Amino acid sequence: MRSILVALSGAVVSAAVAQAQPVLDSRLSAVESAARSAQSAGDNAWMLVSAALVLMMTGPGLALFYGGLVRRKNVLGTMMHSFVLMAIVTVLWAFIGYSLVFSEGTGFIGGGHYAFLDGVGTSPNTDYAPTIPQLTFMVYQLMFAIITPALISGAFAERMKFSAMLLFTLLWTLIVYFPMAHMVWGKGGWLNAFLGGAIPCLDFAGGTVVHITSGVSALVCALYLGKRQGYLIEPIKPHSVVLSVIGACLLWVGWFGFNAGSALGSSGLATSAFVATHFAAAAATLGWMFAEWICSGKPSVLGAVSGSVAGLVAITPASGFVKPVPALGIGFAAGVICYFMVTVAKHRLGYDDSLDAFGVHGVGGFTGAMLTGVLATNAVNDALKDSAGRPQALGVVDGHWGQLGNQAIGAAIAIAIAVVGTYLILRVCDAICGVRVSPEHETEGLDLSMHGEEGYNFES
Amino acid sequence: MKKIEAIIQPFKLNDVREALKGIGVDGVTVSEVRGHGRQKGHKEIYRGMEYEVDLLPKVKLELIVTDARVEEITGALLKSARTGKIGDGKIFIYDVREAIRIRNDDRGDAAL
Repeated sequence: MRSILVALSGAVVSAAVAQAQPVLDSRLSAVESAARSAQSAGDNAWMLVSAALVLMMTGPGLALFYGGLVRRKNVLGTMMHSFVLMAIVTVLWAFIGYSLVFSEGTGFIGGGHYAFLDGVGTSPNTDYAPTIPQLTFMVYQLMFAIITPALISGAFAERMKFSAMLLFTLLWTLIVYFPMAHMVWGKGGWLNAFLGGAIPCLDFAGGTVVHITSGVSALVCALYLGKRQGYLIEPIKPHSVVLSVIGACLLWVGWFGFNAGSALGSSGLATSAFVATHFAAAAATLGWMFAEWICSGKPSVLGAVSGSVAGLVAITPASGFVKPVPALGIGFAAGVICYFMVTVAKHRLGYDDSLDAFGVHGVGGFTGAMLTGVLATNAVNDALKDSAGRPQALGVVDGHWGQLGNQAIGAAIAIAIAVVGTYLILRVCDAICGVRVSPEHETEGLDLSMHGEEGYNFES
Repeated sequence: MKKIEAIIQPFKLNDVREALKGIGVDGVTVSEVRGHGRQKGHKEIYRGMEYEVDLLPKVKLELIVTDARVEEITGALLKSARTGKIGDGKIFIYDVREAIRIRNDDRGDAAL
């Protein structure tokens, strides 16, 4: 009797479980899907804000920073360099740029898979950012492609023809930036530390891709175009340090999108990069300010804001790999080094880098790239695993001295591409339309001679 | 008639105008000018690039007065514009051939 009862009740239970199983499965998958879409919503919100912040760095940030540093007669021409790139690079990016950087191709350049944004929609690209729409990833990366050539414009400010500048930046983005970005960030790129690169170069947000390439290209431009008329003979003073201060503040804020956004999600890593970015900017401001105070007697406001930008540049490759206190060290070093670069070394070498694009971005970028090799630690970023699944040692502080070599190779490739590419492109532009304005137009100012208007109309 | 032209330190303008009002002078033309005499300029540094700025901001006053009042007005100017340091400025006095009030053709002292 008892055994019959047990058998009976066992049959009832197993029938009930069999009935409940599909219900449980479907509820579980509903919960999983809800969790995924919640994460996607959070990550996408942060990435869209980050994309907007990075665009804000170019306009108005860089436009104001550079616009204030030139003479009154060139303020519009200089701001236009930044503004027009927001338009022209966007079109180039939609046609072929995104594809050349992020679709699979060779180790040097991507392929044509995403040309005209074919297949780039709201579903994620799991290679790069599995929790956000690929369109978000695409537009975020576009903002980097916009600001990089805009940074170069600091070197040829006040003397380059507008037509030549358009052609130059178009070709430069195509021939220098796209390959460099693909090598470091694209799947299968030679320098990509995360997606199968032969030489794993650590560049979290673009120290090598953005700042070394643009800074070195800026130096080539400054040397190729020659000095501005009256350089070192007549005063060529910034017409409004006020605009430059506002621009630098916007750059500082925008840089949170640049670096913390490079976590590609609203994660703890984003917070870590945000903090490192802020700390480096603060320390670099103090580094430049005190260096200048000691060496030339007064702590200038232009010096303080230039220092903050130098620190932001230097922390860019390191931001997702270093702790806050080392970030202070990177910033301070960049502030002091860049100060000596633009005040002492530039005058000794005698080139006219109008707005110090090389001194700040090239030198700051290189400083940051090398210090990343020293201070990067898997305590901050454990995304790289060894074959046993343990986090890999990243920089010298983790005992990995070899990373310094990887960083140096990455920087050397960036320098080589920038020097050769920029020089050839300048030769082509010179042959097609001439790169430098006529002496009459230079005296008159680019606002009137190139654009037919003036920045400040006091009589109206 | 004489024209008194005084180039003074900008921050002394209010003192000078008070002094002129105090002795009943009710016409003056003021312009902001730049220049230098024996006073040295100052140094400005932008990213390590040094510039000597030797054209300094000054204020120029022009008054046309009757011959009889020249000494009195000059005395008031000297007293109110002086700090005793280099850079206080200078006063120049010229002869004026004619003055005409545009509104009603008054001429000479009557036009002042």
